[in-house]
Amino acid sequence: MSTQTATPPALTHHSVAPDRPKRSMPALIRHSAALAQRSLIKTIRTPEALIDVTIQPVIFLLLFTYLFGGAIADGDRHAYLQFLLPGMLAQSLAMGGVALGQNLNADIEKGVFDRFRSLPISRSAPLVGAVLADVIRYLTVCVVMLSFGTIMGFRVETGVVPAIAAVALSIGFGLCFCWISVWVGMLARTSGAVQGIMFLLVLPLTFGSNVFVSSETLPGWLQAFVAVNPITPLVGAIRGLLVGGPVAGDLLQTLAWMAGLLVVFVPLALRAYAKRA
Amino acid sequence: MEDLVVRAEGLRKRFGKTQALDGVDLAMRRGTVLGVLGPNGAGKTTAVRVLATLLRPDEGSAFVAGIDVLKRPQDVRRVVGLTGQYASVDEDLTGVQNLVLIGRLLDMTGRDARQRADELLAWFDLAEAGQRPAKTYSGGMRRRLDLAASLVGHPEVIFLDEPTTGLDPAKREDMWGVVRNQVASGASVLLTTQYLEEADALADEIVVVNHGKVIAHDTPDGLKRRVGGQTLRVRPADQSRLPEVLQVLDAVAAPGMTAVRDEAAGSRPGAASVPVTGDAALAGAITQLSRSGIEVTELALHLPSLDEVFHTLTGRTKTEELV
Repeated sequence: MSTQTATPPALTHHSVAPDRPKRSMPALIRHSAALAQRSLIKTIRTPEALIDVTIQPVIFLLLFTYLFGGAIADGDRHAYLQFLLPGMLAQSLAMGGVALGQNLNADIEKGVFDRFRSLPISRSAPLVGAVLADVIRYLTVCVVMLSFGTIMGFRVETGVVPAIAAVALSIGFGLCFCWISVWVGMLARTSGAVQGIMFLLVLPLTFGSNVFVSSETLPGWLQAFVAVNPITPLVGAIRGLLVGGPVAGDLLQTLAWMAGLLVVFVPLALRAYAKRA
Repeated sequence: MEDLVVRAEGLRKRFGKTQALDGVDLAMRRGTVLGVLGPNGAGKTTAVRVLATLLRPDEGSAFVAGIDVLKRPQDVRRVVGLTGQYASVDEDLTGVQNLVLIGRLLDMTGRDARQRADELLAWFDLAEAGQRPAKTYSGGMRRRLDLAASLVGHPEVIFLDEPTTGLDPAKREDMWGVVRNQVASGASVLLTTQYLEEADALADEIVVVNHGKVIAHDTPDGLKRRVGGQTLRVRPADQSRLPEVLQVLDAVAAPGMTAVRDEAAGSRPGAASVPVTGDAALAGAITQLSRSGIEVTELALHLPSLDEVFHTLTGRTKTEELV
């Protein structure tokens, strides 16, 4: 290292902070965007981290369509695929958020967040940035499932605009739901624990719903659970938008759930982050 | 009044049953290096984390560059740079991306951030590695990148938490050069270390901490006067000539001191050492040894180890205190 010999004049210290150009964008958005870019670079550099939003949902789709589909839908696999795919989209979104909490937990353990905390940025920017970058994962789930589903014989029965709305709703829900994972990521001691806790939550929510079978076939107590499960109206709305049927009621319920998730879990996650030194 | 760039009074912080800081006072003059010397668990890292706004103390007050750390942490963050004990670079990002990210979080334009990143990478001899992910870097390269990251915003005050722990001696000297250059260009540096040698090489003043308390605050020379200065150690190739070595060392000893065989716990027997006052003693000993035809396998000037410093300052050894 040539540090002793060369001292470029550019390294002189200013007694005041360097001039900051006036920007119109609020600092939180600007800093979150920079941190989201960091997460995106990491995603691109480790494509194997996308398995849970690419190969895994495809395997589930194949498994349920060809292994159980015949038995569940009296041999009409195409009809079952039309019923199943919108539901599995919702399930994959809920599962797709688990990795976020794990990654944030690992980042904190490694000390990367110490650096961020020593910078003059909003405390929430590292979390908001990481959540924003997760959009790419939810978009990937939608694209992979719809493309692979089409190869398997799935057809959108509504139109381009409702289909786009279904994708938008899916991504939006994913962005709200993942704050639970962020919160757990701040509380759990290891990233393995984050996964364990999150699956304890996500599995009953996604299987105890109308994803795989119509809820009329279920015993009464389970119907009661399905009725209050946030995944149920989400599946209903996506189903309506992709293959037809009523949308409005489920859509409103889903939007209400999304708002509720944000109101409860964003403050919880931020507080847990602030506490975790 | 003195121009103090770091001023902390009565800092206390408890983690569960551990009193990490037990009333720490610190003062660092602008444009100087303050060395915070102490063993593992002394509270060095906790003190740095409080000053860098990562941790709120239970009690006490702290000002950095005249700004209240507790009341205006966001303003403190604008003027400080922090390099932690463990290199906190993002392994998946390249060197350039790591530094550009910091620049953008400091509200630099994309172009300025890139320019600053290139400048720092060149300066830290990482220009060629700049496009590689940091996970491919060696330990020393990561340390340098981490230090570069803390300098992106031209901080007035730099906190270095054990910057050379785990580095080999050559890399350690490089890091010392970096610190001296930062001070030469106007920064003030607070560094923690476990080595008196490092504090002596860099610091204008040294604070010795133990169990969350400051047990000494002095200049390096003042501290060395209190704990004994350098020790000259000689190990003859032929053990039977040790008595002659003792005579040679007695002749160059500091006033009132005599040479002794090294029998301290942990040191390899077969050597002799003596407290000396200046470098002339080294030359004198070499001349005398070669005149007598005594071959040596070790001949070195040592500063007291941290253990010896503690022994002198507290009357107890570090190991005893841990029991």
